Amino acid sequence: MSFENIYWGDIGAALGQTLAMVGGALLLTVLVGLPLGVLLFLTGRQQLFQAPVAYGGLSFVLNIIRSVPFIILLIVLMPVTVIVTGTSLGVRGVIFPLVVGTAPFFARLVETALREVDRGVIEASLAMGASTSQTILRAVLPEALPSLLAAVTVTAIVLVDYTAMSGAIGGGGLGDLAIRYGYHRFQTEIMLVCVAILIVFVQLIQASGNRLVAHFSRK
Amino acid sequence: MAHRRQRGLTAMIRLERITKSFTGRQGAVAALDGVDLSIAKGEIFGVIGSSGAGKSTLVRLINLLERPSGGEIFVAGERVTDARGERLRALRRSIGMIFQHFNLLSARTVAGNVAYPLELTGQYGKVEIAERVAALLARVGLTEHAQKYPRQLSGGQKQRVGIARALACEPSVLLCDEATSALDPQTTGAVLDLLRQINRDLGVTIVLITHEMDVIRRTCDRVAVLDRGRVVEEGPVTDVFLHPRHPATLRLVREAEPDGGSLDAVAGADLGGRTVRLTFTGPAAHKPILGRIARENLVDYAILAGRIGHIRETPYAQFIVSLSGRDVAGAIAGLEASGVDVELGGAPLAAIEERPRHVV
Repeated sequence: MSFENIYWGDIGAALGQTLAMVGGALLLTVLVGLPLGVLLFLTGRQQLFQAPVAYGGLSFVLNIIRSVPFIILLIVLMPVTVIVTGTSLGVRGVIFPLVVGTAPFFARLVETALREVDRGVIEASLAMGASTSQTILRAVLPEALPSLLAAVTVTAIVLVDYTAMSGAIGGGGLGDLAIRYGYHRFQTEIMLVCVAILIVFVQLIQASGNRLVAHFSRK
Repeated sequence: MAHRRQRGLTAMIRLERITKSFTGRQGAVAALDGVDLSIAKGEIFGVIGSSGAGKSTLVRLINLLERPSGGEIFVAGERVTDARGERLRALRRSIGMIFQHFNLLSARTVAGNVAYPLELTGQYGKVEIAERVAALLARVGLTEHAQKYPRQLSGGQKQRVGIARALACEPSVLLCDEATSALDPQTTGAVLDLLRQINRDLGVTIVLITHEMDVIRRTCDRVAVLDRGRVVEEGPVTDVFLHPRHPATLRLVREAEPDGGSLDAVAGADLGGRTVRLTFTGPAAHKPILGRIARENLVDYAILAGRIGHIRETPYAQFIVSLSGRDVAGAIAGLEASGVDVELGGAPLAAIEERPRHVV
């Protein structure tokens, strides 16, 4: 094993790709998953817009997506990915399946976070003459902010995991590098460096997530 | 319809034949069963009952957090039973509400919580909201805590925030749902005093739900006793508190004063004389009536049980007294003539008994 043969330039580029994939996919996941989570919450049992059929239907679809292993989802979605983004390769090609894979997961976390908001607070908001949308936007979401930030943190880490996996089908990034050099070419040291960087990356995400949660916790 | 509107002018809140049932596992369960109530403008009206009596459901019907299964609700003379949309939100803005567990927004400061209902209306600018919040916090004595978060406050302070928030939109009605049940006795007293002061200063009609007779005694003008979804007794607090009729009322009065005077409790220990319950209210409670009447009629008395206190500011004294001697009937007539309420318990005078006997 020798660390002299490591292509630091390649690793830097791969890190950049990973950051772009995680960042882009996280942003879109939150944009898609948050409304879905709010919808799940509102239509749930004994909630503001209790609607068993809508809740059951949405729940069923999200569960199906969540039951498909991500590596399979990547392959199954390829034709759709090509239609949506024009390519199934690289950072651009992988963000769409990443969002499809993580948005249902994030939506569930949002639903759980919102359910934990004290029902009395919702009742008080309605009693003060708030509409449902005012109650969600001004009371429920702000009250759930720490839990929502924790959910974003967990989702970001899942995305790091998924981007590494997407490397296997040509997504690029550190995972791709680790598989190509470390696995296919038996350059274990490159794999080790990639894994080490991923470990540091995940630790950083978790630590900053924790700090944000603590900062916004008022309970 | 015409007579309804006319009656609506005197009542701030009127409930007519209200029923409410919830569908549970064993089918429909009636929480309220034909409730009629009329609450006058500017009064403090108490609703008392043990847990499960339907109090919380009743108070939530007034601002339609719960919808009645049957019956009609009138607020300020207007039928609101099926109000929806903007009309419902306007109704709710005119009715403040405070809660047992305060239900403050933990993510907002004290000032932010009080500003919340004002922000919802979209009618006020930042400066105006800040001014009104400052005035409201001054009213409840929390000015120096404006920038704190709810978790940094004591229970009593949290309820003060709740009161300030409930008053923000200048409501004509304030609903209090077990507002002092989570507070210690001293804080309870302070919060009740604040509610009475608000009632006095702003003329806000207050509907107060509680399971504690003591809260009613200290605060309310009138009271309704709720038992298993029905109003079993209703009237001025002095009447209901000093002369409870229904077993449910009696039980609640006993809880407040374990040794309090139930006539029947001592009737069995009749000491050969006549056992009577005497109730002195108002100025009579401070006068030496009993001794004078006893002397004039050559009667002796033994006090078997008694309670003395205040209903709001009105002093009262109630004794169960065994009378013996020459002219017991004369003494009783004399007491009644002096404005003392006399209830008879002994057998020989049962013939002239007017009040129904209490069933325990």
